[in-house]
Amino acid sequence: MVPLFTLGLSGCAATKNLFGLGEEETPPPAEIIDGQVIEPEVARREIKEPKIDSEDFEVGAFIGIMSIEDFGSDVVYGARLAYHVTEGFFVEASIGQSEAGQTSFEILSGGAPLLSDSERTLTYYNMNVGYNILPGESFVGEGRAYNSALYISAGLGSTRFAGDDRFTVNFGAGYRFLLTDSVTFHVDFRDHLFDIDLLGEEKTAHNLEGSLGVTVFF
Amino acid sequence: MSERNITTIHSTSRSINSLLVAVLVLSRILTSEIAQAAEEYRSVSVADPYLEMHTGPGKGYPVFHVVDRGDEIDIIMRRTDWFQVRTVSGAEGWVDRAQMERTLVPTGSPIEFAESTQEDFTEKRWELGGLAGDFGGANIVSIYGAYSVNPNVSIEVWGSQILGNFSNGWMGSVNLTHETWPDWRVSPFFTLGTGVIHTEPKPTIVQGEDRTDQIAHAGAGFRFYATRRFVLRAEFKSYVVFTSRDDNEEVEEWKVGFAFFF
Repeated sequence: MVPLFTLGLSGCAATKNLFGLGEEETPPPAEIIDGQVIEPEVARREIKEPKIDSEDFEVGAFIGIMSIEDFGSDVVYGARLAYHVTEGFFVEASIGQSEAGQTSFEILSGGAPLLSDSERTLTYYNMNVGYNILPGESFVGEGRAYNSALYISAGLGSTRFAGDDRFTVNFGAGYRFLLTDSVTFHVDFRDHLFDIDLLGEEKTAHNLEGSLGVTVFF
Repeated sequence: MSERNITTIHSTSRSINSLLVAVLVLSRILTSEIAQAAEEYRSVSVADPYLEMHTGPGKGYPVFHVVDRGDEIDIIMRRTDWFQVRTVSGAEGWVDRAQMERTLVPTGSPIEFAESTQEDFTEKRWELGGLAGDFGGANIVSIYGAYSVNPNVSIEVWGSQILGNFSNGWMGSVNLTHETWPDWRVSPFFTLGTGVIHTEPKPTIVQGEDRTDQIAHAGAGFRFYATRRFVLRAEFKSYVVFTSRDDNEEVEEWKVGFAFFF
């Protein structure tokens, strides 16, 4: 109640002053500091500094072909998240899924299948460290230049296939093509290695994957 | 897109021109850099004799444009240690941090970028990381999250997948970690914790049942401050698995990996 009242009063005073009815107020004498003749009137500039948008993360999806050793090739698809630590190094995490076909043994013998349908689904995840090599520009046509880079990447993870989780090492190389400064195309080739003993003896299977991807920096 | 793209618009046919404009507009919308946001960029003026603009965010990309001393530039975005800037004439390119630090804000003082330093490494609150290594002969892949109570003590939550020849499994644990010298670049730590381990023997090799047992562990390791918010970490842990059988199992674990703090 009190603040409202004072507000009303001050409002009245302002109106009075506006119409020249109020008492003439003499401004308080400026304090004069010894030796200072002119009082500096510096208007402080209010500067709001906008934050600089930092785009070090890259997220996207990929689709391609994965060749599962002894089990033919099928479509692979997945998602990838990368964090760019320096202009050279980045770390990334990926998940992917593919479907295994039949081994030639299964086809020729015509016997019972080695794996159930659910065991034929291959899913993997991995954590990689990558390095950009050969940064540069790719020229499309006569007058357009796009930034691009080749990169190599390697890491560890796990693959669920044929009813088991398998420790998996992967390495590969890719080509990054920046359509804009934020939208990127990828061409990626990787080899996923894991041990498998499904067909008699234990061996290291090489599972090659080639994919096309689109990512966005944020 | 570099300045050269803009200059080529005049030399190409009108249809390509309009197509390029459409692509540009689309890309702007896609990256949510709508025109109104243009006024919110931070503006600085060049204090060095000149400022070099590269076509991309890296030393390997060529210099294609030079901005003179005193000219103003807008900072559009940052990627790692590179800044995308736009000149008054509309040329866009990338400038490295060392040169950007010698530009001036409108008040006339050098610009300062919020930067993670080794001090933040010591004072960090949260940390996320991934490690991999050897767990009693099996392979192990782990992720963890840590919260620092103070520079010396932090609480960590771990999740691991164990991939062995005879069995697979997972493990979850909670640790208390003590860093004696958190201000060192290579900071050693000691850790104590407890959790559970779940083991699934492989049916093709061993006949056995799935087990879930309690574990306790003690360990030591070090965190190495690499750059920005990036940390390398290596550690050794000794586990005791409290099995339902007569004897407890002891397992040794080695791991290396990386982490981010924020």
